[in-house]
Amino acid sequence: MYNDYIPVVVFTALAIGLLAAPLVIQHLVSPRHNKRNDKLMSYECGEVPEGSAWVKFNVRFYIIALVFIIFDVEVVFLFPWAAVYQSFIAQGQGLLVLFEMLMFVIILTVGFAYVWVKGDLDWVKMQLKYAHGRYSKLGVDKK
Amino acid sequence: MTSALDYLIELLAFTGLDHSILVVLAIHIPALAIFLVMVVNATIAVYVERKVAAFMQDRLGPMEVGLFGFKGGRRFWGGIGQTIADAIKLLTKEDIVPDNADKKLMLLAPFIIFIGAFLTFIAVPFSENLVVSDFNVGIFYIIAMSSVGVIGIILAGWSSNNKWSLYGAMRAAAQIVSYEIPIGLTLLLVVIVAGSLNLGDIVQWQADNRWFIIHSPFTFVAFFIYFISVVAETNRTPFDIPEAESELVAGWMTEYSGFKWAIFFLSEYANMLIVSIVASVVFLGGWLSPLAILNIGIPESWMILDGPILGFFWVMLKALFLVFVMMWFRWTFPRLRVDQLMYLCWKVFIPFCLANLFFVSIWELISGTIFR
Repeated sequence: MYNDYIPVVVFTALAIGLLAAPLVIQHLVSPRHNKRNDKLMSYECGEVPEGSAWVKFNVRFYIIALVFIIFDVEVVFLFPWAAVYQSFIAQGQGLLVLFEMLMFVIILTVGFAYVWVKGDLDWVKMQLKYAHGRYSKLGVDKK
Repeated sequence: MTSALDYLIELLAFTGLDHSILVVLAIHIPALAIFLVMVVNATIAVYVERKVAAFMQDRLGPMEVGLFGFKGGRRFWGGIGQTIADAIKLLTKEDIVPDNADKKLMLLAPFIIFIGAFLTFIAVPFSENLVVSDFNVGIFYIIAMSSVGVIGIILAGWSSNNKWSLYGAMRAAAQIVSYEIPIGLTLLLVVIVAGSLNLGDIVQWQADNRWFIIHSPFTFVAFFIYFISVVAETNRTPFDIPEAESELVAGWMTEYSGFKWAIFFLSEYANMLIVSIVASVVFLGGWLSPLAILNIGIPESWMILDGPILGFFWVMLKALFLVFVMMWFRWTFPRLRVDQLMYLCWKVFIPFCLANLFFVSIWELISGTIFR
């Protein structure tokens, strides 16, 4: 009768309306005086903000994002396989289909093991070669 | 089996409008109902959370604001009007946007987070027929839509131009994307067993056989991995590092005020409800009554407990219990460190999930070929 995905479009349009209405109401009823200077400063625990917050960020987050993408794609590819696995078992071809899946997963697991061994899954990856003073004990590579 | 939407379209047919307009009109009704559910859920959940917190810490919690002159005093329904008063207060607060923030993106972020939660509800079944769209890829759709929110979180954190916001957003993004993998892999196990991505088919499978939580040892473990992962996904304690009040002020929400902040709260509690409903539908039998798992000689007349109206009751009972467990967690476990969080996800859950995937496939192969 109707396409299953029409609600997605209607819901999106409606969500924008449903959120815009209270925001407009708020704009109309909220106090508007004295909106300047200190009040519009970034919050930094009462201090004057030190520079911009738009800084270069720790590369660790990008590595997590990269590993995530690989695994997310793995999960996405496994879902169609999972949906038809039972019917293949019923046809007596379960073992073959299982091995096909395992080939795919094992390749990715090897990559996962590589990332693990390289220490990219540790949040604090410190390799201070020439650490000294109070930093000398700071998680230097055990090797 | 006609869905609730078909029924609504037939109901609206008397207007004599064109069919396509009728469909769009009919969709508005469940959409508004779901919005109402989100608002009521957030209102009640915030109140219950404060009362549960108070109970666990041996204090009273909100007890001043009554409703319609109905004051409970020191009893549990003591400040029942508190969250309503809070909502009105948030609506009339002035909206402060910092001078150096990216104002357009800062306005866009709550919309994206809300739409992520709102659109997920399309596929969430409240009962057997009480679902907006019974997608044939229901689970897949829910996983996809519930991860839209992370874009909004990054936008909110970056556009605020505030260090707390940026740290909170980055941590939240890393945490949410990491825990999405265990969630996907545990739901995959259910799909392997049930052989369908449709949530209705999955519950039907559970009606024919048994609930997934007791189907095999591996799905039993999978339920707990799923539940812990969704607690992390919804940024609840003990995984609330992105919002850790004592270190990051309010995480990525630091610069938000007034109703935009309320939208974040609304979406957060809606997400809690969504993941709990999904857990109850996928692992705990959904709209099946718990009597079915007892597997004793149930009189035929008792089977009315599995009816269409009580189905809603069972789904919500299971889901709200899981929401309560999340609130319970908050006052039971101390917050994890960032590295512990990543350790738990990448070095415990994902290897366990991969092993689980392997064992469930073998289990199904053996039970499907040898013990047919």
